Amino acid sequence: MLINIQNLFKVYHMGDTSVNALDGVTLTIAAGEFIAIMGASGSGKSTLLNILGCLDTPSAGSYRLDDIEVSGMSRSQRARIRNQKLGFVFQNFNLLSRTNALENVELPTYYDGRISGKQRKKRASDLLERVGLGSRLDHTPAQLSGGQQQRVAIARALMNNPPVILADEPTGNLDSHSSTEIMALFTQLNSEGITIVMVTHEEDIANFAKRRIVMRDGLIVSGPESAGKETAR
Amino acid sequence: MNLWMIFKVALRAISRNKTRSLLTALGIIVGIAAVIAVVAIGQGAQTMMMSQINSMGNNLIMVFPGSQNPGGVRGGSGSGQNLTAEDGESIARDLQHLVRAVTPVIRSGAQAIYQENNWSTQVQGVSIDFPEVRNWEMASGAFFTAADQRAGSRVCIIGQTVSDNLFPGDDPTGKSLRIRNMPFRVLGVMVRKGSNSMGSDQDDTIIAPYTTVRRVLQNSIFNNVNMLLVSLYSLDDIPVAKVEIGKLLRQRHKLGNNADDDFSTIDMTEITNTIGSITKLMTILLTTVASISLLVGGIGIMNIMLVSVTERTREIGLRMAVGAAPSDILLQFITEAMALSTVGGLIGVVIGIVGARTVGNIQQWPILITESSVVVAFLFSAAIGVFFGFYPALRASRLNPIDCLRYE
Repeated sequence: MLINIQNLFKVYHMGDTSVNALDGVTLTIAAGEFIAIMGASGSGKSTLLNILGCLDTPSAGSYRLDDIEVSGMSRSQRARIRNQKLGFVFQNFNLLSRTNALENVELPTYYDGRISGKQRKKRASDLLERVGLGSRLDHTPAQLSGGQQQRVAIARALMNNPPVILADEPTGNLDSHSSTEIMALFTQLNSEGITIVMVTHEEDIANFAKRRIVMRDGLIVSGPESAGKETAR
Repeated sequence: MNLWMIFKVALRAISRNKTRSLLTALGIIVGIAAVIAVVAIGQGAQTMMMSQINSMGNNLIMVFPGSQNPGGVRGGSGSGQNLTAEDGESIARDLQHLVRAVTPVIRSGAQAIYQENNWSTQVQGVSIDFPEVRNWEMASGAFFTAADQRAGSRVCIIGQTVSDNLFPGDDPTGKSLRIRNMPFRVLGVMVRKGSNSMGSDQDDTIIAPYTTVRRVLQNSIFNNVNMLLVSLYSLDDIPVAKVEIGKLLRQRHKLGNNADDDFSTIDMTEITNTIGSITKLMTILLTTVASISLLVGGIGIMNIMLVSVTERTREIGLRMAVGAAPSDILLQFITEAMALSTVGGLIGVVIGIVGARTVGNIQQWPILITESSVVVAFLFSAAIGVFFGFYPALRASRLNPIDCLRYE
């Protein structure tokens, strides 16, 4: 299993009361899956995605990514995992303003000493070509439309060739036309073998995924076990 | 992230807020400029002083006749008439392991005349060792000889100022000038020496054999001189030589054990020390002011870095999300603070050099800009950046990536 989560808890303390954002979640995801995590706001889906992304740590439970136990790692170790194994796509794109598309895409390699300057440029421009922005390498985010910005963000997520891409409401700020384009891109990447875990509350966006998980009150209420070859569509 | 990349990112961040960066760096600019200018002017002054002191002669001790107390009434210093050229010869002979050369000096004011020009100056009667004692060479012609000294010949050597005033545009060598209606043949001209550390013009003088000055100008039957100039081989021998000269003169003047010295000795180190301590005080004062400016500048940098961390919280979150470790963030912000302070330091160095030169030109003051002061100032400004940038950078590196990404 690429991702194996056992009995995961996340507890937030607010004064005297404590809230279980995750209340014992168990979930396995195989390589090559395309998963949509759904649920009402406050159901814990974003908390789960943040823990999957090593941006947050669980209060209790086990999280194995690629057979490595991640839950007890230090901040630096988690940074390394994020850099090497994970790609992020955010609702609000999170591109560096006043920095052109090419350099935005290059960003993950700055924290990975293995790649030379020339290779870096070549790979970043190839990726932008692949997401259909080959002619806009030197455009800054302000000069790009929302759909184009999200495509730059996807190219950035692919830069270090991670096995998993995590997307948090990737179409939340986009019109329906751009949304469809982005989802088509995700479907294509998935068909090339990249595992995609996406949080969304839109039914038609979730329909692009092969498997659907619904959460309520910190628990998975449907689809916890790996679907394997089954498809949700 | 390699260092060059970090530096590039830091420079870009600074250049995005040019006005703000410049204002932030102002404290550093002023502080470094002040340090550079003070050091340049201070070292220039010291060099000038040392060269002036050296221009007075080689490792000099001056021996003056002291007070006399005939019948209990003590005259002031220099009132005695008991210091003689023979005392000087004795010092040169008996202390030759310490003493390079000795010359007596007899001073006499005089009006010198050549054709229609006249000039009021000082005549110094000296011995043939004078050029060596004073470390003073001839610009043209030759110094008087031992024979001139023995015979008391009416010959003289003139300083540049006298030459300029009596013989404008003319070569004085071989000409005859008149002092108190007596003709003196000019043998040569001394090189220009400039003013001494008290500011008096050393070139405004006529030099003649002391025998001539005593006999012809002072018309004196006494054998006394105004002072003896003793030149030593080494500056380090000054304390020893002063004691030895004292013993020798007491013996020669037949002073009893209880009698006061009838002479006094002064050496250049005393003057140097006084001037040196004044310069030191000024330097400490100005360095303190500069340090306060640098401290304030450093706090300014810390302040603006804290603002920058807050402004760029989302950027920090994103960098962490794509794999920046806390140490990467720490390094990035320290580098940024350091770039800010070193750019300020560079501007400060330039302003300091220009400022020192300007002051030097206006005040006719020598300026000495040493490489070490520039390098030290530059490194110091970098150190300020690291020191004051550390706390904001630490705060940035400890931020939680999720909170950063959610930060509005």
